[in-house]
Amino acid sequence: MSFLPCSWNAGESLSSTYLPAGPTDKKTIVLNHLASSKRLIDVRPASRLEVRPRPEMLSTSIAEVDAITGGLPRGCLSEICGPASSGKTSVLLAAIAAATQRDETCVLLDASDSFDPESGAAAGVDFRKLLWVRCGDSPLCNSVSSVVKDFDQREHPSTSLKAGSVTPDIHRKTKTSERRLEQVLKTTDLVLQSGGFGLIALDLAGIPEKFVRRIPLASWFRFQRAVEHTKTALLVMSEFACAQTCATVVLKLSAPSTSLRAGSSHQPSAKPSHAQLLQEIRVDVEVARMRMERKPAGSVRTAFVTKAVRAG
Amino acid sequence: MPFACIYVPDFPVEAILRAEPDLRSKAVAVVEGKPLLEKILEGNENARRAGISAGMTKLQVELCDEVILRDRSELQESAAHQALLDCAQSFSPRVEDFAPDTLLLDLSGLDKLFGPLPKIAREISRHATEIGMETNVAVASTLESALLAAHGFAGVTVVPDGKEAEFLGGLPVEVLFAGDADSKNSEEFLGTFRRWGVRKFRDLAALPEIALTERLGQDGLDLQRKARGMGMRQLVPCDPPLVFEEVIELEYPIVLLEPLAFVLNRMLEQLCARLQGRALAAQELKLELNLENGRSETDAALTHFQRTIRLPVPLLDPKTFLKLLQLDLKANPPGAPVVKVHLRIEPAKPRPAQNGFFIPASPEPEKLELTLARINGIVGNGRVGSPALLDTHRREAFEIRHFTLSESTSGSERRLAGSAGRGRPALHRQTGEIITGMRIFRPPIAVRVSHRNGRPSHVMSRKRRQISGEVLWAAGPWRSSGDWWEQDAWVRDEWDIAVQEQVGIVLYRLIHDLLTSEWLLEGSYD
Repeated sequence: MSFLPCSWNAGESLSSTYLPAGPTDKKTIVLNHLASSKRLIDVRPASRLEVRPRPEMLSTSIAEVDAITGGLPRGCLSEICGPASSGKTSVLLAAIAAATQRDETCVLLDASDSFDPESGAAAGVDFRKLLWVRCGDSPLCNSVSSVVKDFDQREHPSTSLKAGSVTPDIHRKTKTSERRLEQVLKTTDLVLQSGGFGLIALDLAGIPEKFVRRIPLASWFRFQRAVEHTKTALLVMSEFACAQTCATVVLKLSAPSTSLRAGSSHQPSAKPSHAQLLQEIRVDVEVARMRMERKPAGSVRTAFVTKAVRAG
Repeated sequence: MPFACIYVPDFPVEAILRAEPDLRSKAVAVVEGKPLLEKILEGNENARRAGISAGMTKLQVELCDEVILRDRSELQESAAHQALLDCAQSFSPRVEDFAPDTLLLDLSGLDKLFGPLPKIAREISRHATEIGMETNVAVASTLESALLAAHGFAGVTVVPDGKEAEFLGGLPVEVLFAGDADSKNSEEFLGTFRRWGVRKFRDLAALPEIALTERLGQDGLDLQRKARGMGMRQLVPCDPPLVFEEVIELEYPIVLLEPLAFVLNRMLEQLCARLQGRALAAQELKLELNLENGRSETDAALTHFQRTIRLPVPLLDPKTFLKLLQLDLKANPPGAPVVKVHLRIEPAKPRPAQNGFFIPASPEPEKLELTLARINGIVGNGRVGSPALLDTHRREAFEIRHFTLSESTSGSERRLAGSAGRGRPALHRQTGEIITGMRIFRPPIAVRVSHRNGRPSHVMSRKRRQISGEVLWAAGPWRSSGDWWEQDAWVRDEWDIAVQEQVGIVLYRLIHDLLTSEWLLEGSYD
């Protein structure tokens, strides 16, 4: 009868129902009663739950990555993480370039204002389809506080329209990274509400870990729920996995210590420095998490090589 | 040939009430003249019931508490007249601008489009009410009959064809001079009619023509023909310029943005109704605010505050416009209380949009504009948009352009777009090749560099202690320079270095600025 307590809570109260004395009969009656309960009649048994349809995948244009993940799932939150010089920006640029070349509108929310337009152009990003949001300490960053200030100063109307009256006292003390993170989160909400974008990329790579860790899980859930059932793929790039259980796909990138290929040698060469050239970086990819697959996919690995751009 | 006449009684008052519809149920009078010599120009029906009549002094009227006084605003009258013209032209292309408060329309052939004449008259009246004015509308077979019926009868009037003299016979002879600028001449005629005992149209119409002509001349005969409802003149169509602007002079200066939004909302709704009447949309919003501290100042910058919002696609949604203006004003406050609001909309043809089944989804233009404006408010102006490379070899040479939804492009156009604005050969990856991305440090990080055998051996940032380590590998230097003919010339040596850090090996681009002798980390390869 171990099932009874929770069943009692879920179903209707049986306090007023007459139960016969026999244990078997009692069990049958309880089960019948539960089956006919009005509250439980709409609850679908777990055995009849439909399998969620596999989401449409968005190609990253990197064959090796697409081969192990199928691409980036639309309507889901995906993550690319890895330390500095691990190749995550290259993957991000490749994904944005592929999306813009399919005439999809993309957004890059650049928390550390580190996007290089030259790299983007070299990767094949169509800038007319890319909305770049540069977070940072612009002078007009005070407009955030001016709104707040305007709201606060309704009791003092004589100063509310005066440009010089707005002083960002609240934000002056906050650190730059916190402010950038706040801007990214606010902007992400706005962009997700606007809808219609093919790919929304959050670049959190330049923000220190201690600040990124402070992003509440509720925010990630909100983002994930916002893109659910839409054609938008939400891609988060950071130095470590931060979206936790909200991420459908998590790719961990790393560059092996011998990945440098300068000239024809993998190792530091005896040649003079002016005779050497950074040609390519080898990138290892590991699928750290993939919610679409039933089996854990932590051991799936692949590797690819990114080519350095030479000035024309 | 049927004609219609739209007449706005008490036009100066209606122009005020159009901007302040809350006053419609109250007694409102418009004053005109220099201070201390101000006199009542017009009053609405409620004001007349309160005993207010034209010509009374302001001091006399101020004794009556229930009457609200407003200064005459020619700008508002002009805007109301423009709105009336738009209303008329949304029904007929042949409109005569007879007077500021009176318009004449040619209705021939419109019955197939709008139905019978009474229905057209009701539709015109309803449309005029929508733009905020109470009007008299009359339809008749002659211009004069329609004009006199509109001035003589309130509401919608349809004069039966062939029975104009009977229909208009009960009107007082004063109506014959409605809209007549020559008031002295009209007073002479009215005096004569009063002496003869002629009070109504039918009295004048019954007089013998020859005897009337002998006494009053050709003008008298014309008046008699008008009283009989006979047509004597042709319609003179006008082609007014498409100007969509609204002006409100405020009684008291507005200090907060919220009450200003109410004023802007009213103006935007009126302008959008006018645009809709002409099947147009807005391409650009121009807002001009006159500021209070500018009254005594001579500097135009202090007196006027101007903002322009250019829309990427023609839109016609007053709520969107209001939100855009609100966000813009929040980001750029005027700096002083507002005493006058001037809003102008540049019209454009609506966007002929047809979505295709296989075209990728894109944001709605209205939503996108609002989103961009809101993001601008968060991150600051000039930090949101599409990047575009400039035609130079200088590093970090790009600009941010306003993001607009572009049409689908072909492959060749796309390749060109990738390096938009760049004169040198386009950089684009070949098929299957993945480009190493670069992360730029903005601003560059100043570092101390130790050298060994002419190449960097150790780097350490001056401010950020976390970038510090031995240089495992270095490639370079590659020297580049440019703009030597300008003041901001640049010469630099560029290195690619691999630095051993705690997290692993990190690849940086190291710059030696030869003009300032500074070592800078420009970015990292990632």
